[in-house]
Amino acid sequence: MEFQWQALVGGMLIGLSAIILFASMRKIAGISGMVKQVLTQTKKGVEGWWPLVFLMSLMIGTWVYSLIFSVEESLRVGYPKELLVASGLLVGIGTYIGKGCTSGHGVCGIGRLSKRSIVATMLFMVSAIITVAVVGSWT
Amino acid sequence: MKKVVIALICGSLFGFGLAMSQMIDPNKVQGFLDIFGDWDPTLAWVMGGALLVSVPGFAVLLSQEEKAQIKQGVIDAKLVIGSVLFGIGWGLSGYCPGPAISVSPLIISELVWFLVPLIIGMLLARAIFGKGQG
Repeated sequence: MEFQWQALVGGMLIGLSAIILFASMRKIAGISGMVKQVLTQTKKGVEGWWPLVFLMSLMIGTWVYSLIFSVEESLRVGYPKELLVASGLLVGIGTYIGKGCTSGHGVCGIGRLSKRSIVATMLFMVSAIITVAVVGSWT
Repeated sequence: MKKVVIALICGSLFGFGLAMSQMIDPNKVQGFLDIFGDWDPTLAWVMGGALLVSVPGFAVLLSQEEKAQIKQGVIDAKLVIGSVLFGIGWGLSGYCPGPAISVSPLIISELVWFLVPLIIGMLLARAIFGKGQG
C-alpha cells in the first residue's frame, strides 16, 4: 500500500482537534452530535452555541486549505440528486438513533476504546461497503 | 467566550485536516469503500492518522472512572440499526456529516441536496424516537 503522507497528516490533525476539544472542554468531537445539538438548542447565552461555532469553523478550515492548496479535483458536482437526498435522509436518521458518525464513533469512540463505538464503526463500514458494491453494479 | 474560541480553533483544525486528507472528496470515499471493485486504500491512512493521535490522547486524558464507565456501554438495537442505516447513507453518496459540512460553501448547489435531507432525517428521528436519542 502506497504511503500517503497528506492523508496521514490530515488524519492526525483531525485526531489532534478531537483531543484538544476533549482536553479543554471535556467534549467529544462528534459532528452528527453537534448538528443534533444545534437543532435542539435550548441553552441561553453564547457558550451554548459552541457546536454551531465548531460546524462553521469546519467550513473555515476547509476554505483556508482551498486557498493555500487546490481542492478542485476533490469537488464533485452533478451527482444524482435522488441519491444525495436518500443519502442525506439515511445519514440523518441513522446518526440520530445510532448516536454518532465517522467522527464520534470512528475517531473519538474507538479512541476511547468504547466497545459500542467499535461495533458501530464496523457496522457502518460493512453496510457502506455493501452499498457501494450494489450502487456500483447499477451504474 | 472560552468555549466559543476553543470551538473555533478545533473546528478549523478539523476542517483543514478533512480537506488535506481528501475526506472531502466523495469519489475518494466511495473508492475506499469499493473493496470488491477498484479499491483505493488512501483513506485508511486518514483513520490511521486520527487514531494514532486519539488513542494515546484519550488514554492519558480519561480518568479511571471514565474508562470504567465506557466499559459499561451496552450494544443495543438502536446502535445497531442506526449504524447500519448511516452506513447505507454514507455509501450512497460518499458523504458523511463532517466532510459534507466542511466543503458545503464551495459547492453549495450540490450539498444542499444532502444537508437539507440530513436535517430533515434528524428531525424525523427525533419526532419518532424522542429527544433522548442521538
